[in-house]
Amino acid sequence: MAEKVSVEEVAEAMYKMVKDTMGMKKWKATDLQKAAIELFGEDRCDKNLCKEAIKELVNSGRLVYTYFGGSFLEIPHKEGAQND
Amino acid sequence: MSEQMKKYETPLLDELEKGQWPSFVKEIKAAAEWNPMANDLLGLLERSYREKIGHWKHGGIVGVMGYGGGVIGRYTDLPEEFPHVSHFHTMRINQPAGWFYTAEALRTLADIWDRHGSGLTNFHGSTGDIIFLGTRTEELEPTFEELTQAGFDLGGSGSDIRTPSCCCGMARCEWACYDTMKLTYFLTQHYQDEIHRPAFPYKFKIKCSGCPNDCVASVARADFSIIGTWRDEIQIDQEMVREYAKNGVDINKEIVALCPGKCIEWDGNTLKIDNSSCRHCMHCINVMPKALAPGKDRGAAILLGSKAPIVEGAILSSVIVPFVKLDDEDSYNDIVELIDAILEPWIEEGKNRERIGEFVQRVGLGNFLEAIGLDPQPEMIKHPRTNPYVFYENYLEEE
Ligand code: SF4
Ligand code: SF4
Repeated sequence: MAEKVSVEEVAEAMYKMVKDTMGMKKWKATDLQKAAIELFGEDRCDKNLCKEAIKELVNSGRLVYTYFGGSFLEIPHKEGAQND
Repeated sequence: MSEQMKKYETPLLDELEKGQWPSFVKEIKAAAEWNPMANDLLGLLERSYREKIGHWKHGGIVGVMGYGGGVIGRYTDLPEEFPHVSHFHTMRINQPAGWFYTAEALRTLADIWDRHGSGLTNFHGSTGDIIFLGTRTEELEPTFEELTQAGFDLGGSGSDIRTPSCCCGMARCEWACYDTMKLTYFLTQHYQDEIHRPAFPYKFKIKCSGCPNDCVASVARADFSIIGTWRDEIQIDQEMVREYAKNGVDINKEIVALCPGKCIEWDGNTLKIDNSSCRHCMHCINVMPKALAPGKDRGAAILLGSKAPIVEGAILSSVIVPFVKLDDEDSYNDIVELIDAILEPWIEEGKNRERIGEFVQRVGLGNFLEAIGLDPQPEMIKHPRTNPYVFYENYLEEE
């Protein structure tokens, strides 16, 4: 059986996906999960690993949850609506 | 009132203070005596009434570290004129099951909010949570810190499991057919991760009502409704029925004629109910609460898929499990198993902002039941005795 990837590796890959598509695509947690499983393969990555990776990204502040009609994960930035 | 605070003229809002009813304007004015946010809110609201336009923008990025729910960002689009509501974020606080508080807990909550926000609250919002109305981004973490120290936590918002809510059930109501508060507490604890970290296509609300009176309106407001019911016979105290009749209740007019199951008979002396046709609507029990009561074999029906009209029109929920006993941890775990089974195909295949009821409509109930492993039953209906929507293959074959 293939060896599982680490939470850190999944988190790093997810972060890169969000960063590389910033401004072009909004990622929901499930989209990130599907993309990570596709990237690493089902035998090396699963839903729980993805959940942990998202938790780590959010707890460390590298990604934040945002809400624009639905909940997304994004790199922290100043949004258009925000007042100083 | 602090010297710097601007005094707003509010002739339109003043109209809403008149009359003998409680007035939100009166409450905002009371807070505006000392709180600049509440004061600017008053000015902004008067302006909105005058212009007939709202002056709020939705802010999508605010929250507390690690959580994706519990804070709803708001900014005014007139920050120069109303600087104290430049930020006016809402915080949702997870309410205790059944909304029971000690006076001390309420004072603690109020003090926290007076220190960090506008001092204005909703007890409770339509989700069931305690709503703290209006604070600045930099006050979110300190408020959260004080709340957690006092034993409170944020509730859900966004595309997550919203804070489960319930009626007061067995704590205060004789009709409760199961312990709504205990189940709600159990589900809230079990789904902490799903409440705080949005990972669904859209919101998912769980509401528990102790009987078909459905005091938390779960049939209209919850994606997953657990409504108390019974499967034996309505309990009748014939002596008390006669007492009601003697005291002026017109049983034929007020009860027999209005029974949707057309299953009650009253001959002036004895009340008979054909329980096999009863639709468990509670009408007769509500009219004669001292004479009638739900049966003794109590549990709950589980319904799926209601929602208020946002993307599509409103949907009422449909029965997916006609009866379950809910009297021990095993039965609670069965509920969790069912919820998880329901969530899975929706999380996988649901479109953004598609509620579970809309998803079921799109994929078809038959396919959905198959995906979650439930067998179709005749009781899986939208409306009693009128439109079972399960197709029986052998019936179709005979056709
Ligand atoms: S739903 Fe039923 S059990 Fe719950 S409070 Fe209302 S009447 Fe009582
Ligand atoms: S609960 Fe409703 S349907 Fe049943 S007997 Fe009473 S009135 Fe009729």
